[in-house]
Order: sequence, then structure tokens, then C-alpha cells
Amino acid sequence: MRYHRWFSPWVLVVPALAWLLVFNLWPSINTVILSFTNARPIGGGTFVGLKNFEALLHDEQLRYALLNSVIYMIVCLPFLTIVPLALAVLVEKKLPGITFFRTAFYTPVVASAVVVALIWQWILDDRGLVNGMAEKLGVISGPLPFLSDQWLLLFSAISLTIWKGLGYYMIIYLAALGNVGRELHEAAAVDGASAFRRFTNITIPGVRGTMILIAILISVSALRVFSELFILSGGNGGPGGRDSSVVMLIQQYSQGFEGNLGYASALSIVLFFVTVVPMLALARLNRKAADA
Amino acid sequence: MSVVTDPARPVAVPDEPGTPVRKRKRGTFSFNSMSPTEKVVRYVLLVFVLLITIGPFLWQLSTSLKGSGEDIYTRIPRLLPAQPTLDHYGAVADTIPVWDYMRNSLQVAVLVVGGNIIGSSLAGFALSRLQFKGRKLVLGLFLATLVLPGEVTIISQYVTVREFGLANTLFGVALPGMIGALNVLLMYNAFRSLPIEVDQAAIVDGANVWQRFRYIALPSVRGTISVVAIFAFIGAWDDFLWPLIVLTDPDKYTLTVGLQYLSGTFSNNPRLIAAGTMIAFIPIVIVFATLQRFFFKGVEEGAVKG
Repeated sequence: MRYHRWFSPWVLVVPALAWLLVFNLWPSINTVILSFTNARPIGGGTFVGLKNFEALLHDEQLRYALLNSVIYMIVCLPFLTIVPLALAVLVEKKLPGITFFRTAFYTPVVASAVVVALIWQWILDDRGLVNGMAEKLGVISGPLPFLSDQWLLLFSAISLTIWKGLGYYMIIYLAALGNVGRELHEAAAVDGASAFRRFTNITIPGVRGTMILIAILISVSALRVFSELFILSGGNGGPGGRDSSVVMLIQQYSQGFEGNLGYASALSIVLFFVTVVPMLALARLNRKAADA
Repeated sequence: MSVVTDPARPVAVPDEPGTPVRKRKRGTFSFNSMSPTEKVVRYVLLVFVLLITIGPFLWQLSTSLKGSGEDIYTRIPRLLPAQPTLDHYGAVADTIPVWDYMRNSLQVAVLVVGGNIIGSSLAGFALSRLQFKGRKLVLGLFLATLVLPGEVTIISQYVTVREFGLANTLFGVALPGMIGALNVLLMYNAFRSLPIEVDQAAIVDGANVWQRFRYIALPSVRGTISVVAIFAFIGAWDDFLWPLIVLTDPDKYTLTVGLQYLSGTFSNNPRLIAAGTMIAFIPIVIVFATLQRFFFKGVEEGAVKG
């Protein structure tokens, strides 16, 4: 039995549904359409067939961007699945002042990627904090080119992403830890299991589902990286543009007289398939592990 | 047996009827009474992580306060400025219209927060509390969009906004994010956990849909609403890629885009850029620090389950 007029639910749903259709569903379809055109940032555009996709195959910058993305993902995955879990265990117990620590650990997440990238740019500068201290300690003789060497720049951006992500995944783990049986921990403690054993044998299996979810989130966000690389490389993708990410290329083609929205859309489709792969792979891994 | 009285709790207030007494003691022996060694180890670790997470911000703050005559490149890093000054904060405003940028960011953030609170609570309520044909389909559509990374559609989203004549406007920056699918689902989850009997009682009393929404459902999900509001604000304030694509006119930049502009033009003075980053960073920290109570409560209620 219904207790409302037939249109009442629709009146409530319509604004959100309109947004979904206009700003999510239609753009997804339109991305595919645009990728077959040579649309410009100023407007217009005609059908060009598969030309954009052919160009993708010969795009050297895209090859570097994809390589960077894969490295980004492979380095981020282990760090960001394990360290935040350890942090969550550390802040789980209600010690005096723990709220302060939780909030402080979350601060890098709250700050804009632009702000933290500018901060790191200063720290990693040729005359910045890291180089200055390393020289003082005599570890290096000249400054390390963190921001101008292709690989050092990439790894600087990766460490920035990891640093900024710690608090975010810590909070997700913290919510999940609430569901891990306290009794199990107590029983194991009575039996004399060390803190480390309890972590590996009770905590980790207890949050396994969350861990898979977090691994998916990490992979997808590593493949979508933009601000860190953009700011650290000064907006030009490092030496020879070899430190670009796929999203940086999309942004690059979205602007100015050199812009090509058609090609940017073709790049967007590449990005879509690149992000779907780890999602499916990890979801499959999850199912397999659940069956076993 | 000693009588434990909790001063924070008035004695006369009885427990709410129907709420099971769930004041289970947290843990028993080794869990409640932590050994002093463990306590010390934990605090040492906490402080160590604190230095890693907060250190860079403090270093930047310190740089922004160091006088122009002070050597900021010194080999032995000095956290406390020798000649503290606020000059660079004024100098930023002379170089770029930083206060206008802040107002622009604020405008976008307010629109996004308002839109998300209204749009997602209305839709979340209808989807979870009202039966209607097509409900499952609509819900499925919202879920499906979560799989799609926003960057994939950002170009055609720009084309849509341009078609509306909103390219290079702040409203165009705010518009697409004003009702997020994730927020609709969060509100849907929050409303769904309310007992259905309350609705039924209200129906018996003759309450219509709007009254059930406004006076019964909405007051019970304040925790989730605050999580939605906090995330919407932070997301809008911090966003960089989307305003970078939409805005071409330096007068209309938001803070993040303006900062990047600042660093591109005047990268020779780290003190100035440091002051600029602090101007963007401090408001968001204040917002978060004030509201963190609601945020962590929302986390415990399961509002942030990913």
C-alpha cells in the first residue's frame, strides 16, 4: 500500500536525477562521440573517423604517461595498503589526546593537492630542506635534482601521493577495525600471541574485504594522478614532457589554440580502460579468495 | 563495591526506553590497563608520525614568516624565524588578487555544499523511504556512476558547461558538482537505517511526504549531512583540475588555480609562495578542526565506508 501520490517521489528525485543525466550519463556518451571528431576548445568540430585513435598509437608522450601510471600504481599499492592499517591500529586505542593525533594525521588529506605540492616543491628544491640537510650531513656533495630529473621527479610525486593518502586510508581502516572482534584479540593475548602475531593473524584477515576495496581505490587514484605531477613539474610534465600522466595530457589538449577536444576525448577513453583493468582484477581476486 | 558516579551525566535522566543497555566494558585486563612501556612506545610512534604529517606544513608556515633579510637556505634548518614578519602575506595580495580568489573559492564551495545537502537528502529520502516504480533502476544508475572516474568525462562535461554558456564562469565551476551521486547514496544509506515503524506512525497521524521528510527523517540524519557537507566543502575548495579547465580569465581564478599562477610567475621568492599556500591552507584547516567532531562521529556511524 502506498501512502503518497504517484508523483511525490519523483519530485524529490528529479533534481539529483537531472544532474546525473546531464553531468554524468550524457558526458559519458558524449566522450565517445567527441573522440571521433576534431572538436576544438573554441567550438565546432567535424567527424574524423578513427584518426584520433590512430594518433594515439604513435603518441610517444602517451607511452611515457602509461609507463608512469603503472610505476605509480605498483609503488603506491604496497605502501598505501599496509602503512595506513598500521596507523589505524596505532590510533584505534583511546589514549589521552588521541583525537588530536587522528585529526593531525588527516590534515594532509584535507589540504589541497596544489598546496601540498607547492610545499614539497620548496622542500625538494635544489636549495631546499632535504638537499640542505643531506649536504650538511655529508651524504651528498651536490644537490639531488628531485624536480628536474625524469625519475627523481616521478618518485618525488609518488612519495607525495603516498604521504597525502596515509590519513585517508587510515580513516577507512579505522571504521573497519571497529568490526574486528575484540574477543579474538583478547583470547590471542591470553594465549601469549605477540602484538605482531595478532596483527598478521587477526587484524589483517579481519579487514581483508576493506583491504581489497582500498587496493582498488589506490590503483584507480594512482592512474588518475594529476595535481602532484603537474605542480612538481611546473606544469610542463618534466624534462621532455616525460613525467606526464594521462590526465595531464587530457588537460593539456583541453586548452588554447593548440587544443583538441576530440583527441582529449580519445585519451579519456584510454584512461577509462586503464582504470577498469585493476578494478576488475582486484574484484576477481576478492571473489577467488572468498571461494577458497 | 564502590559506587561510580559519572559527573557528566545527570542522575535523574532514565535510559531511553527500548535502548538496550550496551555499556559493555571496553576490553578486560591487558586491554584496559595498558602497560607503561606500551604507552610510551605508542606515544613515541604517534609523535614520530605527527612530525612526518605536520612537519612540512610547519616548515612552510615558518618560511612564510621569515624576514626578507633572513637566509632561508641555511644548511642548518631553523624552524623559528629570526626576524618574524607578516610582510609576505601583504606582498602576495600585491602580486595576485588573492582575496578575490578566496572569495571565488568560497562562492563555489557554498554553492556545492548547498546543492549537495538539498539535492542528495531529497533524493536519498525518496529512494529509501518511498515505494515507487523505477526506484531500483534509479538507484542502479547512481551506483553505476561511481565506477566512472570523474576525469574520464571531464572534457565532455566542459563541452556541456560551455553549451550552457557557462564556460569561464564561477557558476560553471560549481554546477556539475552540485549534486554528487556518492552523496545521494550516503544519504540513502542514512535514511534506510531509520526504523520504518516511525514512518508508519506518522502516516497514521496523517503526515504527508514532505512532513515525514522535514520533521521526522531529516533531524535523524544530521551526522551524515555534516559528513556530506564537510566533504563537499573540502572537495570544492581543494579542486584544481576542473577550475583550471573551465576558467581562462585570471580575474575569476579560484585559490588553487591562482596559487599555481603565482608559483609560475614568481617562483624566485619561496617566502611569497609559502605565504600564498598558507592563505589557502589555513581556512580549510580551521573548517576541518571545528567540524572534526562530526566527521569522526560520522565515521563511526559508518558514513565513510567507501
